[in-house]
Amino acid sequence: MSDSLSDDGSINQDDSQEDVMTPAELIAKLEEAWLNEKFSPELLENKSEVVECVMEQLTHMENNLQRVKKGDAKASVHRMEIDRIRFVLSSYLRSRLQKIEKFFPHVLEKEKSRGEGDPSLLSPEEFAFAKEYYANTETYLKAVALKRMPPNLQTVDLLKAVPEPCLDSFVFLRVKERQENILVEPETDDQREYVVDLEEGSQHLIRYRTIAPLVSSGAVQLI
Amino acid sequence: MFCEKAVELIRELHRMSDGQLPAFNEDGLRQVLQEMEALYEQNQSDVNEAKAAGRSELIPSIKLRHCCLLRNQRCITAYLYDRLLRIRALRWEYGSVLPANVRFHMNAEELQWFGQYKKSLACFMRSLGAGEGLDITQDMKPPKSLYIEVRCLKDHGEFEIDDGTVILLKKNSQHFLPRWKCEQLIRQGVLEHVVS
Repeated sequence: MSDSLSDDGSINQDDSQEDVMTPAELIAKLEEAWLNEKFSPELLENKSEVVECVMEQLTHMENNLQRVKKGDAKASVHRMEIDRIRFVLSSYLRSRLQKIEKFFPHVLEKEKSRGEGDPSLLSPEEFAFAKEYYANTETYLKAVALKRMPPNLQTVDLLKAVPEPCLDSFVFLRVKERQENILVEPETDDQREYVVDLEEGSQHLIRYRTIAPLVSSGAVQLI
Repeated sequence: MFCEKAVELIRELHRMSDGQLPAFNEDGLRQVLQEMEALYEQNQSDVNEAKAAGRSELIPSIKLRHCCLLRNQRCITAYLYDRLLRIRALRWEYGSVLPANVRFHMNAEELQWFGQYKKSLACFMRSLGAGEGLDITQDMKPPKSLYIEVRCLKDHGEFEIDDGTVILLKKNSQHFLPRWKCEQLIRQGVLEHVVS
């Protein structure tokens, strides 16, 4: 996917000044974030800079396409490229939004308990969406049923009622930077915990909880 | 038996295949709420008696009723929440305007919830990428080709594509259109993707 982007000088000449990243690197970043988000059971940290840059890039490419004369074979190749990038971008944002909707009380709780300097998992837009979703759903439940129930049963703790992300689910991953001494917890009582080394380029099937920090640091890629 | 009505509500949803929205069971909901009220009143009087007369043999039945109350509450919220999830899925499938036969199955509060959800989602999509916005309900499947062949299943009227050409979507006519423009129409059932 990124090949045709980096090859073409005509479409992305003037971007390099404001960004240190080349378009090809940018798209690689997006794909990486997309796959990680798609396969991880919980919501990952937001990548709004990448999203913004890609959006900018897309507009830029669209504008350039307007100038190309009709019937040029190159135009349809670029059109296709734009479509593909837009798909990846939409799919990425979609899977984030789905997780936010699915786990909204937990997502908001995490956001609340986050330390002062820690980066937020949610982008400001996503945070606004999550808050609205929470308020909307709560109002709805109250209006339809809860307010008609006995006085001691008129509240529902959504944090307990909505399922949490299952961090023990298994994920496939490819190692990008060599890791040593990863502690794997026992699955059953008669097993012992043990450590593994993850060689660069190797692929594993492992519980998400074990390698969650490596996903967010970018040392491994979920596949 | 206690809680039977509430479980029946859940079963009703469970029986429907994925994504279908049955009519809102107002009657069932009311019956469960009545049962809860009755249980609650019985509990109130028993609690008072147990306290006043020190009759500790009443405590087990109080506990039982309380468990039933909790279970009823849980079943009802599950029923309502699952319906919301189905309604949410409809927004992604049909776009922001729901067909009349689906709306018919929703109650007033659900319509209100849907309206609010629609607004939040639109607001989110508009705010993407420095004010330009991106419709993430489009591009649901990875693009395979730029243009696809589609057949019209019903009269839709005129339709403008990106370069300004206007085409007439008439029933049974066949067109070769940019994929990104027809995705929504295909999901609404106006167009059909012709796979040769």
